[in-house]
Amino acid sequence: MLDSLLALGGLVLLRDSVEWEGRSLLKALVKKSALCGEQVHILGCEVSEEEFREGFDSDINNRLVYHDFFRDPLNWSKTEEAFPGGPLGALRAMCKRTDPVPVTIALDSLSWLLLRLPCTTLCQVLHAVSHQDSCPGDSSSVGKVSVLGLLHEELHGPGPVGALSSLAQTEVTLGGTMGQASAHILCRRPRQRPTDQTQWFSILPDFSLDLQEGPSVESQPYSDPHIPPVSKNAKVDPTTHLTFNLHLSKKEREARDSLILPFQFSSEKQQALLRPRPGQATSHIFYEPDAYDDLDQEDPDDDLDI
Amino acid sequence: MFVELNNLLNTTPDRAEQGKLTLLCDAKTDGSFLVHHFLSFYLKANCKVCFVALIQSFSHYSIVGQKLGVSLTMARERGQLVFLEGLKSAVDVVFQAQKEPHPLQFLREANAGNLKPLFEFVREALKPVDSGEARWTYPVLLVDDLSVLLSLGMGAVAVLDFIHYCRATVCWELKLRILWRRPSQPAVHRDQSFTYQYKIQDKSVSFFAKGMSPAVL
Repeated sequence: MLDSLLALGGLVLLRDSVEWEGRSLLKALVKKSALCGEQVHILGCEVSEEEFREGFDSDINNRLVYHDFFRDPLNWSKTEEAFPGGPLGALRAMCKRTDPVPVTIALDSLSWLLLRLPCTTLCQVLHAVSHQDSCPGDSSSVGKVSVLGLLHEELHGPGPVGALSSLAQTEVTLGGTMGQASAHILCRRPRQRPTDQTQWFSILPDFSLDLQEGPSVESQPYSDPHIPPVSKNAKVDPTTHLTFNLHLSKKEREARDSLILPFQFSSEKQQALLRPRPGQATSHIFYEPDAYDDLDQEDPDDDLDI
Repeated sequence: MFVELNNLLNTTPDRAEQGKLTLLCDAKTDGSFLVHHFLSFYLKANCKVCFVALIQSFSHYSIVGQKLGVSLTMARERGQLVFLEGLKSAVDVVFQAQKEPHPLQFLREANAGNLKPLFEFVREALKPVDSGEARWTYPVLLVDDLSVLLSLGMGAVAVLDFIHYCRATVCWELKLRILWRRPSQPAVHRDQSFTYQYKIQDKSVSFFAKGMSPAVL
């Protein structure tokens, strides 16, 4: 699933952390896109163009359209080199495409944009960019658009991350164990239930994606020597290490079976209801009829045979 | 500089790396010995050093520097060291009208958005001088420390922008080394993470492997 992330199109969030960085995966997906013949645009804000292109061979590098917002993103040097409107302007310009060629836009990083732009503006632009291929009534067939956004989870609060998450068609959360990286992929297809799976992977030096099985059970950390390791095929009994009791003893079972439910109408209950208890206070009903009331002295239950 | 630390980092003044950003973080302890170490290290490596010192006075660093074998006064006089004494400059910028934007201009402004004047000071200080001969090996920026900027009212994003510009223009363009200090939890790098215990003595620091008993030390 990891290698077909871009097939769906739309916004793909790559959520990384300091411990499990996501730029390598971003570069691997960019490489994949470029090799598939897609148009690839990079909005580079966080690292220099040199650093981003490092590791790609010249064939890939020639296919990348790099928008450099690293050197002078805030126009402090006051030269006119900077793209007017900054990274947001560049993103907006990509909304006006008319190409039938599928395109991938890599945001390095979405966190950089989220820290400096209002969340609502960013979400609106992202929505416009990633959905331009699905405009109803549009006769010209605009190619599929995928937007890959690298998001450093630890930098943002739950609000902005939640907003971006709701926009995303696919969310990839990076993690791992024992030095092995994993990607938890949550996929939202239209009119279908979201699917999720975990894929173990590694990125090779040339930024190819190497999908793996996952760390072996024997090498898991903190394994208790007193608990025998569970082999892959054995069914794990979930009731073994509980702090509460799921089983009934014979006596408990008998007591449960002989219990009378409160709303079960047995003969004892019927007798108790028909025989009024002594000392029961009689109750009075005071009724004030208003103009619309129909006072019928006939008892409507007269024909019932109880 | 502390020779043991050099050994741990596998570096010496004559073969230190360029174009890198090093973050010095301390949490619940004082990591200032690292600042003194790197200051003396890069002065001994014959680098051009710009030191933005917001925590202590010049004389404090000078006294410690002398214990470590460098003279900050002489380095400043011969142009090797550009020293921004934050404590003194702050008084100047607040109580005297400035003709030009001062590096600590944000102290005067109620809604200072960015640290552009400070960045321009750094860029100016580390700009290569066309004097024909290359006196210094490569430029180094040392900031002690970033959390003071946060305490003085700059937003985290403004500080990040300052770091970004220092990295982009100074680190990438001029290929120099930047060292920052800020208090926080240190980031664990997946590929290379080493943990040591240390003990500061009068003129040196000793490093030990984790778990050594104080009785052994």
